[in-house]
Amino acid sequence: MNLLHNYEELVAMILFAIGFTMLVFSRNLIKKIMGLNIMDTGVFLFLASMGYVAGKETPIVPPTGQVEAGDYINLIPSGLVLTGIVVSVSVSALMLALTVQLYKRYHTLNLDEIYLKAYGGEK
Amino acid sequence: MKTDLFAHLKEWEEGNWTPDQGQAEASSLGPREEKEIKEPKKKIIRSLEKKELHISAVQYRVISVIVCLILSLVLIGTVNFLPGFADEDTPTTNEVYEHYIEEGRDQTGAVNTVAGMILDYRAFDTLGESFVLFTATVAVLLLLEYKKEGKKKREDGLDYRLDPIVYALAKFLIPIILVVGIYILFNGHLSPGGGFSGGAVLGGGFILYAMVFGEEKAVRVLSEKTVKIVSIASLSFYCLAKSYSFFTGNEFNGVHSVIGPGNPGDLLSGGLILPLNLAVGFVVCCTMYSFYMLFKRGRLD
Repeated sequence: MNLLHNYEELVAMILFAIGFTMLVFSRNLIKKIMGLNIMDTGVFLFLASMGYVAGKETPIVPPTGQVEAGDYINLIPSGLVLTGIVVSVSVSALMLALTVQLYKRYHTLNLDEIYLKAYGGEK
Repeated sequence: MKTDLFAHLKEWEEGNWTPDQGQAEASSLGPREEKEIKEPKKKIIRSLEKKELHISAVQYRVISVIVCLILSLVLIGTVNFLPGFADEDTPTTNEVYEHYIEEGRDQTGAVNTVAGMILDYRAFDTLGESFVLFTATVAVLLLLEYKKEGKKKREDGLDYRLDPIVYALAKFLIPIILVVGIYILFNGHLSPGGGFSGGAVLGGGFILYAMVFGEEKAVRVLSEKTVKIVSIASLSFYCLAKSYSFFTGNEFNGVHSVIGPGNPGDLLSGGLILPLNLAVGFVVCCTMYSFYMLFKRGRLD
């Protein structure tokens, strides 16, 4: 019952699960990074949906006059999403740079082959 | 003994004797035989490793299916117990949010209360975010910087300069993109947007410029020196300005900030929010641009 009412959170959780499955299953490093980014997207959607209140305005108040908090949506999750996006961008860039270095060294993106080449003595 | 040593030295000098005489020959046969055995052995080890890896891959898949299924079910089950979507009386809509909305405009001078929150009440959080971006740039620079001595050209599949449509569109669009970015930066405290979005738009404009007109030209606009100076100056300015307002902003120690909140709704209002927005925007712009240049070209200059 509540599951269909909270459909936005549900979609966020499904996105998170898809990203996690991709991160765990895929042996390709680029696909792993894509999975992590999908996980991030799920978290952002979850946070944004937590702040939303039906029928309320964006929190940009008029320059003069009394302001009623009841007229606006919750603005704190918006600020948290901002932090999340910044960290996600930085982490993705760092991971991609590390992947470039791994590819330069082992000439493959497959994690199993990298393990074999690194520890199996095969070069 | 002494004479013996001298005799040996003389012989060594002439090349008739070496200190390891009588030892080198005996051990020289050993490794060669070992090598002959080693090759097939290595093959067996390799095939065993692959077999083991295959088995462990199967185990890994089974375990990960179970883990992923359990995680998905737990997450979806949790949604059942969350407060209702878009309801008014959720635990997150509490007095903190009421304070930010009702007092935020008069205390910070920003009409956009989100900008007032992230750049005044929670400014140190935003400072940390800017430093995260800067640290990521430094880390990518360390990992991907391309040695100048090699000077071998990187092969590019795409050259947008040869495409007339992309070229004409970019010529038309880049100024508009840059102006929109600057507008978003300057109106961060009045309208939706702010440092991060404006900086991302600006960085996107520079990236488009570098893609279409070539990196050599883009480097002349935003060189390595400019990027470094702008990002470090913005971060230092942020630190100093926020420290100043941290020590002078509160009403308890009797020291008042020279920069007041101003008249809400004006362009020059909101105290330090406008300059802080600009600083954050410049850091984000430099970060985006240097990510692109480092991944594409391998260096910033």
